[in-house]
Amino acid sequence: MKGRFRFIFIGFMLTFLAAWIGLVVLPVWGLGNFKQTPDPKTGEMIPPEFTALEERGRDVYIANGCIYCHTQQVHSARNRTDIVRGWGKRRTVARDYMNHGVAQLGSMRTGPDLSNIGVRNPSETWQLLHLYDPQITSPGSIMPPFRYLFTEQPIGSDGTSADAINLSGENAPREGMEIVPTEKAKALVAYLQALKLSEYEIPEAAAARIDSKIIDSEIK
Amino acid sequence: MSTPDPAASEDIESEEAQRERSLQERLKVDRAARWPVGIFIASSIGWLVFGSLIALIASIKLHDPEFVADNAWLTFGRVRTVHLNAVAYGWLSTVAIGIGLWVLSRLCRVPIEDHRSLALAAILWNVGNGVGIWGIFRGDSTGVEWLEYPTYAAPFLLVSFTFVILTAVNLIRKRKPGHIYISQWYIMAAFFWFPALYFTAHGLLILAPVQAPAQPPINWWFAHNALGLWFTPVGLGTIYYLVPKIIGRPIHSYYLSIIGFWSLAFFYAWNGMHHLIGGPYPAFLITASVVASVMMFLPVITVAINHQLTMFGHFKALIYSPTLRFVIFGAMSYILVSFQGSLMAIRSINNLTHFTHYTVAHSHLGAYAFASMVFFGGIYYIMPRILEREWPSRWLIRLHFWPCAIGIIIYFVMLSWGGILQGIAMNRGEMPFMEIIKTTMPYLKWRSIGGTLMTIGHIAFMASFIWMVIDRRKQGSEPTLFAKRTTQDTPATNASDS
Ligand code: HEC
Repeated sequence: MKGRFRFIFIGFMLTFLAAWIGLVVLPVWGLGNFKQTPDPKTGEMIPPEFTALEERGRDVYIANGCIYCHTQQVHSARNRTDIVRGWGKRRTVARDYMNHGVAQLGSMRTGPDLSNIGVRNPSETWQLLHLYDPQITSPGSIMPPFRYLFTEQPIGSDGTSADAINLSGENAPREGMEIVPTEKAKALVAYLQALKLSEYEIPEAAAARIDSKIIDSEIK
Repeated sequence: MSTPDPAASEDIESEEAQRERSLQERLKVDRAARWPVGIFIASSIGWLVFGSLIALIASIKLHDPEFVADNAWLTFGRVRTVHLNAVAYGWLSTVAIGIGLWVLSRLCRVPIEDHRSLALAAILWNVGNGVGIWGIFRGDSTGVEWLEYPTYAAPFLLVSFTFVILTAVNLIRKRKPGHIYISQWYIMAAFFWFPALYFTAHGLLILAPVQAPAQPPINWWFAHNALGLWFTPVGLGTIYYLVPKIIGRPIHSYYLSIIGFWSLAFFYAWNGMHHLIGGPYPAFLITASVVASVMMFLPVITVAINHQLTMFGHFKALIYSPTLRFVIFGAMSYILVSFQGSLMAIRSINNLTHFTHYTVAHSHLGAYAFASMVFFGGIYYIMPRILEREWPSRWLIRLHFWPCAIGIIIYFVMLSWGGILQGIAMNRGEMPFMEIIKTTMPYLKWRSIGGTLMTIGHIAFMASFIWMVIDRRKQGSEPTLFAKRTTQDTPATNASDS
């Protein structure tokens, strides 16, 4: 091997290029051009796009790193318990994410999967309380409190604001004060409410359901 | 490598003259590396300590969520991310550049000349990291795992790395005639692979993002290969250079090292999709990576055989040589982490370990017990040579080695175990989620203990490094070893006798 560096260089760039075509070009070509389809019942185009508010919520989700504890991907019942746990009615497929902008599939399940949290728990009151301090709704949780997404303000002359959260006991605000969610907290909850990935009757939905034994029997 | 061939030795005198010449050559190479390599290494240690302290905050938060909870900058999702980026780009990448350039310069037998552009590169690299980390802290993360630095940090890194590549290419082009050693292959390849990976991923995921469903495959291809085609080859190149140097004996098999290189180049690049097993993707895409991952047994076994046979009969040297102790710890972890990784890519095993702390433990075995340990060893070897000054205290080196070694073992064993329990619990559908959290709790606390030990080691390391740089008294003195050297066949690790 005397001085044949050019040879080596071409070699290691070619091996790289091969994988680059296989794992970058192919996915972009095969998975990067989904179009919405009409819902077979309502004719609405699905999966829907996020509203501006929900999109801001997604940005809050990203900025605060929810992805490091929560996934957004439902796996089939064949080898996981996602469906049994009620994390979704069917496994998710690539098209489900087409309008997500920045995919938040995640790789860690310190907390439950959130693909369908908008169906499982759509309550804004619960979500806000949980974000303010998970110990209130889920004692023993290790999810961090997001109190910094709320502000304390004096109660106005016409009584507590409509969006003040209901805190009692040691969490209660000081005398004459109330805790209200910031715009960020509201947007985040709107985003969570919009997460219903397994709900849409996209073309792949039927096949995805077959993967899920439990749902299979329900359908029959 | 330029180990003189005994059969070719002429009469004694000319051999001595030859030795003198190569000594002078090495001195020149090392002196020229002092500033450029020194800056990269020094700043990498700063990032290491910063990254460890931040990691500790993140780790404590996982068992004590009220710990510094009311500061947005310090929420778990941000500190965890700052930690990852600080150690991946601030520590590992920076030190990989420093050590990589030095090894190249040594093996090409060409002094580094581009001092100004490299100084600029080091500054830009650190500014890029600083800006990126500040961006994550303030909530500008891109939301793409492993690429969280906001867009405005990337240009610094791009320009900086361009200068680094130019220097590397310069060294290769001006190299003295002769054999190209395997470390040169690995390091050159890594210097091209990393930017190709980074800017493909950054371009397609952040600058001009492709539709969301196509993002995760690119994302995991990048994230896995940042380890596989960047830290791993620089780490292996470093092992291949240092081990024969320290024990004074050439690498066991030249051909095995070549097979190891090409099989790594061929298979590693296809890894990554196994992070998406069971996910919303066509099976063939994932299978490609599963197969490639299992095929990684090939390069790993060749490297393992080669390293161990080179070391065979010389393990005594571990008693006194700090460099060797770190490097061999790393080399053995490399074998372990690679076997483990191949197994984890198999679907049935992945089904248990995916989404759990087991994966976190695995990545620390790779990034820390392998890559970081090897780079520590590299720093212990390089600094005395480029500064022409010895390490100030063997006690500080011990205080670096033992807490880090014990810390990472605690970290790895406890978190892996906790991860397996977590996986078992998660796969039992009737087990309520809160119970799963309870199951993992003790292991999360053990992680903080392991992490504390590692951080103590890093602080000792930084102290030792700073002391060495500011205290000129140890100029050209005896090498700082753990114990007296016992064997004759081992050249000194001190500056005058590389
Ligand atoms: C440190 C890890 C961690 C982080 C970071 C985290 N969570 Fe959680 N999350 C959990 C855990 C653990 C649970 C389960 C216990 C509970 O309900 O609090 C959970 C539960 C939830 C639930 C209820 C799920 C269900 O099935 O009822 C929602 C909704 C949620 N998290 C949203 C978020 C959002 C939004 C963020 C980011 C702002 C976030 N989480 C960040 C760990 C985390």
